Amino acid sequence: MTIGKTENGSALTLALEGRLDTSTAPELEKTLKESLPGVSELTLDFAGLEYISSAGLRVLLSAQKTMNRQGGMKLVRVREIIMEIFEVTGFSEILTVE
Amino acid sequence: MLTPITNEWKGLAVPGNLEAVQGFVEECLDAGGASMKTQMQMSVAVEEVFINIAHYAYAPGTGEAVVTVTLSGSPAAAAITFRDKGVPYDPLANSDPDVTLSADEREIGGLGIFMTKKLVDEMSYEYRDGENVLTLRKLL
Repeated sequence: MTIGKTENGSALTLALEGRLDTSTAPELEKTLKESLPGVSELTLDFAGLEYISSAGLRVLLSAQKTMNRQGGMKLVRVREIIMEIFEVTGFSEILTVE
Repeated sequence: MLTPITNEWKGLAVPGNLEAVQGFVEECLDAGGASMKTQMQMSVAVEEVFINIAHYAYAPGTGEAVVTVTLSGSPAAAAITFRDKGVPYDPLANSDPDVTLSADEREIGGLGIFMTKKLVDEMSYEYRDGENVLTLRKLL
């Protein structure tokens, strides 16, 4: 997985490419932990994300909890195959998908 | 396809082998004509089950897992079976997480097996001859 980072003041966009699974979720977790302080608007660009497992969902839930306290978080350009996973797990209700 | 075809993968149940197992299952499903969507859903299910075995079955040691994929016809379906000789553990005995809760109320974790159940058509477990035997069935 690769993570592209774009910062604009207190707005941060992370563009994910590849697979968010057991082996790559810790990378995203680390990036979020380092980058989220001071961020009030987090955008996750999922255009390049091909796969997500529960390890990835755990990191998203944790990020959502953090952002509920310090601003907001949204997901953009989510592929249908990933959207189906969100729907099955109830994550489509928790996350803001645009 | 009139006669079911079975392929087998055998190796250590460690997280480092997940890709090999997913690759093996994908190849089998591809040969069975499964759609990309089905392949991805089964890949997620395989990850949840295999990682569970890798983390808990032989903890704190390691041991072997055997994964078989059986393709059968009319209706076209795949059965993926995971066998290990670790501690008896029935993942279906756990209650499902409440997926209607908000982010702040939701626990982090406990989702894997729930997701797996939702992604397959049938999931069954038995403890047989000293082995955990977990089978996922999916129509292709």
